Amino acid sequence: MGGLQKKKYERGSATNYITRNRARKKLMLSLPDFRRLCILKGIYPHEPKHKKKVNKGSTAPRTFYLLKDIRFLLHEPIVSKFREYKIFVRKLKRAYGKTEWSAVERLKENKPAYKLDHIVKERYPTFIDALRDIEDALCMCFLFSTFARTGKCHVQTIQLCRRLTVEWMNYVIVSRALRKVFLSIKGIYYQAEVMGQLITWLVPYQFSHDHPTDVDYRVMATFTELYTTLLGFVNFRLYQSLNLVYPPKLDSKSELELKEENEDNYAMNSESYLEKLSALSSSLARVVSSEEEEEAKLDQFPVEGEDMEKMEAREKEQKLLETQKKIFEGLKFFVNREVPRESLAFVVRCFGGQVSWDKSVCIGSTYDVTDETITHQIVDRPNVDRQYINRYYIQPQWVYDCVNAKILLPVEDYFLGVTLPPHLSPFVEEKEGDYVPPEKLKIMALQRGEKPAQQDEEEEEEEEEEEEDEDEEEEENEEEEEEAEEKNLKKMEEQRSQGKSLQVKVTPGKVKAENPARLELEEKAEEKRLAIMMMKKKEKYLYDKIMFGKKRKVREANKLAAKRKAHDDAEKAKKKKSRK
Amino acid sequence: MMVSLKTCFPRGSMEASRGNVQSAEQRAGMKKTKKTDKKRSKQDEEDEEEDQPFDLNSKAMEEDEDDDDLSDSEDSVYSGLEDSGSDSEKEEEEEEGGSDDADEDEQDQSEQSPVKESKKKEGAGEEKEMKKEDEYDHDTSDEEDIRNTVGNIPMEWYKDFPHVGYNLDGKKIYKPIRNKDELDDFLEKMENPDYWKTVHDKKTSSDIVLSDEQIELVNRLQRGQFGDVNFNEYEPTVEFFSKDVLIHPVTNRPADKRSFIPSLIEKEKVSKLVHAIKMGWIKPRRVEDDSRGRFYDLWASENSSILAKHKMHLPAPKIPLPGHEESYNPPPEYMFTDEEKALWEQQDPSDRRLPFVPKKYPSLRQVPAFSQFIHERFERCLDLYLCPRQRKMRVNVNPEDLIPKLPKPKDLQPFPTTQSLVYRGHSGLVRSISVSPSGQWLVSGSDDGSVRLWEVCSSRCMKTVQVGGAVKSVAWNPNPSLCLVAVAVDSAVLILSPALADKQVLLSSERLLTTQQEEEEPSEESQTVVWSETDGEELNQGIRLKIQHPKAVHQVTWHSKGDYLASVMPDHSSHLQVFIHQLSRRRSQNPFRRNKGLVQAVSFHPIRPYFFVATQRSVRIYNLVKQEMTKKLQANSKWISSIAVHSGGDHVICGSYDCRLSWFDLDLSTKPYKMLR
Repeated sequence: MGGLQKKKYERGSATNYITRNRARKKLMLSLPDFRRLCILKGIYPHEPKHKKKVNKGSTAPRTFYLLKDIRFLLHEPIVSKFREYKIFVRKLKRAYGKTEWSAVERLKENKPAYKLDHIVKERYPTFIDALRDIEDALCMCFLFSTFARTGKCHVQTIQLCRRLTVEWMNYVIVSRALRKVFLSIKGIYYQAEVMGQLITWLVPYQFSHDHPTDVDYRVMATFTELYTTLLGFVNFRLYQSLNLVYPPKLDSKSELELKEENEDNYAMNSESYLEKLSALSSSLARVVSSEEEEEAKLDQFPVEGEDMEKMEAREKEQKLLETQKKIFEGLKFFVNREVPRESLAFVVRCFGGQVSWDKSVCIGSTYDVTDETITHQIVDRPNVDRQYINRYYIQPQWVYDCVNAKILLPVEDYFLGVTLPPHLSPFVEEKEGDYVPPEKLKIMALQRGEKPAQQDEEEEEEEEEEEEDEDEEEEENEEEEEEAEEKNLKKMEEQRSQGKSLQVKVTPGKVKAENPARLELEEKAEEKRLAIMMMKKKEKYLYDKIMFGKKRKVREANKLAAKRKAHDDAEKAKKKKSRK
Repeated sequence: MMVSLKTCFPRGSMEASRGNVQSAEQRAGMKKTKKTDKKRSKQDEEDEEEDQPFDLNSKAMEEDEDDDDLSDSEDSVYSGLEDSGSDSEKEEEEEEGGSDDADEDEQDQSEQSPVKESKKKEGAGEEKEMKKEDEYDHDTSDEEDIRNTVGNIPMEWYKDFPHVGYNLDGKKIYKPIRNKDELDDFLEKMENPDYWKTVHDKKTSSDIVLSDEQIELVNRLQRGQFGDVNFNEYEPTVEFFSKDVLIHPVTNRPADKRSFIPSLIEKEKVSKLVHAIKMGWIKPRRVEDDSRGRFYDLWASENSSILAKHKMHLPAPKIPLPGHEESYNPPPEYMFTDEEKALWEQQDPSDRRLPFVPKKYPSLRQVPAFSQFIHERFERCLDLYLCPRQRKMRVNVNPEDLIPKLPKPKDLQPFPTTQSLVYRGHSGLVRSISVSPSGQWLVSGSDDGSVRLWEVCSSRCMKTVQVGGAVKSVAWNPNPSLCLVAVAVDSAVLILSPALADKQVLLSSERLLTTQQEEEEPSEESQTVVWSETDGEELNQGIRLKIQHPKAVHQVTWHSKGDYLASVMPDHSSHLQVFIHQLSRRRSQNPFRRNKGLVQAVSFHPIRPYFFVATQRSVRIYNLVKQEMTKKLQANSKWISSIAVHSGGDHVICGSYDCRLSWFDLDLSTKPYKMLR
């Protein structure tokens, strides 16, 4: 026997990981700085497979980072900036303490600042990578842009967020990239298809926030810092791809119009410019002033068989998309003041409609309520005093539902004061066996071009159903009666037999009718049972799990259906009552 | 004088609100009480703010009362009212011109004619002399005014006397004979039109009726204006230091020496700065980097080489998309029932299937802000930078594919599907059966102490042998040219000759049983194992040999040649667990020197000289020729119960008490090829 004894924890997984504290010490950073660095660089902890080995035999709960990640951080130029900033703060404190104001001035002038461009480039080497990860950035920027300019974060950040989100929305409008909208209780979800990537973001409703106390805003601010940089670059690239000027500029024509109207209301030109942009009502200036671009058509390749079918399906889809993009084309909307203006303006403009609002609501309204050519007025109150006869007065949900259904839905269900049909999530794609709400079925029928069942028919049906119900009840009653009679007979017989006290009883044998189909089924079930018995343990576990999940799904769907039925019945009963 | 006026009058006005018409002069006299006065004035200010709209009537009333309290001297009224020029002597001495101005104003006022300033200046010279005389008049008149010489004392002191003081001649000033009572006061208030401007002077205990001018002055003071009507508060300022460069210096002083020579302190400071700059402590002002916050085409030159760096990087999972239940107006079936809601509230937040309760609002207008919005975003942030990420392989399998494809039972036929024969006869548990190599006969051993021989195809019991003990195991000799059965009963192994065969076979077996007769020297084994021939009843039944073992025998098994047989006596403690007996030489031997665990079963290899010993957990294979262990099979079961070897010799199956069957392929490995349950 010879050789050196191997020391423990000097090779293998123990050397691949590093605890957070050691990483922090290695980088010589304070915890907040380390946290910021991790956020900016996108470094996250790793869970080692053998925790005890990595933890050198201890089972204490620790966070581990990959040593490679930390080494990668060592060479980050921002780390030195963090250190510089620390020194700067120390010097500034000292200068304040000594009341050396000139020194304070001088220090403040040389305040260390850092840029995140290289980090963005490093984290997202290609533009598509950036687009894939833009969702969080959008959500965060939209949230920050709704913050009040008090205390929680820098005003500049809020302004920047607002600017970037407005730019983004303008891009989506110009590129007509919006696909789905969903009004949830949390906020409004939008889904757009940008460069082939589906991007979903959530915008809170326009209310002031009730700032929670248990939220660390520094963390959020750090994320926002990165996200604003990312979103800025993405916006630039997107604008460039559409030949638009960046930072966005209004079309010279529309700019002139706006200028005439609102020059006196706004003191600062720069301030009003963002407002005008955020009004989302006018088109943007292009680098090369081109007329309407030719619509891209799918290239035709000679293909055969299945590919052909696929191609056709794709073409069909493309066509559908084209029509969806234009569903509001030629329609003129007017948004009442109680309706969320920005969201509606955004959606309507994304699908080719024209939209305006009262002048006092926001800058950038293009026409008045009195305009005779308005086709739809979006109202969210029980009734309106003065109604024009040549336009529909509809509730805002109509717009969103139309977008999701990809067709113009009948307006009758959305008139003022009418109980709205449920607003369904466009993100749910029902597979076979899933529960599909009846409203969705209705919309699907409409999409297929079928006429919706008339109200009268429905009522008739209802009545018929009711009658049927009654019939059934009668039948049941009859059956019950029969059963009762039989019971009576049996009882009488028994009594008689007891009277005779005869114990021996001859019962006629029953002919066992063998159902071949049933037998076959049973046989198959038996075979399956045997086969399941022969499964390997691992596979059996998986199989059981899958089957459990399936069963649960079915159960849930049944439950929903039952609930719906109960609700409908209750509604019907109520209606009946009210009719009587 | 101007300055003094400016500061005095507002104060006066304050006090006027309390009814004290005090002159600046008097305040100068009451320097000691000034501080307290100031405090009071502050209070007064507040008072004033509260009761701004005063009417003069009530004012006059209050004045009376206040006079009592503060015991102001009579001249306070006069001197303040008659003219502002009669201020304190000191002021007059210092600023004669100022008093002149005031007098001048007074005159103007009396004349009631607008006098322009230019005119004033012209006539200033003449008037000055006149005024100088006037001044002295005032001086004397001041003293004349003192009709009561008691001085500044509280007048209550004279409450009980008929007089209120003494005049200049030293004579008593008597109070009016009849004091006014309330009624008189009231009557006078009703009748006298001048009552509102009548002030009671306590010192002389006489009523003074104020003139119109005096009232005007009081009014003005109350309004916070200057007492002087003609005083212009808003005169244009005369700038002492103007932008115009004057020809003459302001002062006549010659310039300092230090203004000619360079300052040493400055030099020191500059040199310090220079040094700091040289050492790099002070950096030059940074040029504002305007590229910050500017966006450009970051991905102009995309290269995928960086991608390789991030192999370990996992992109964060996206937030799941919302379902119908998150809608502001969901279909009714997605709403919670009361039970579901109660359940939701009871559950731990981490167990909930939905992080929120679905809600329905009749219109978009009524949707409130989501209170958890910032929370959720924050949680997402935390997830992004604090959560370890793991790639989870989602099994996307059709569950039907997991079920193994077994051949249909139909295809496996023929196999017995119905019960055709039952061998009835045993009264106890049947422990063991064995079939003859010809397949014609079956032997069975039972707890009832009998061994029965059956014909297989007719289920006829050919013979019953009473062995006088529970039969543990029976084994038919596998050699077709022999017809023998080994039976394990208690601690003995019996060799049975059933006589169910051809004569030839019977003869050969008889020969085998009788050949070996020579006695060998008794060995160790022969002491423990005793061979004995049977006789009498037993012999008649066909039992030919009895091999007595030290312990209860559990199993017997034959070698395929039919000469050797092995018996098992499971015992933890001893190495005497297995015996191999040679029938031809009537010899027994214990092949193992050491105890390797509880032996459950043994078996011979059908072709090769191998011997299988199944202990609790494993099966050992011994080479009988080389006398060593060749293999150890691990049967992944808790307790092996039995073992069987395929006639080819390559496959072994092991049964166990935990309902498992392990199947070994000896060519492959020592691990079971398959486990069956």
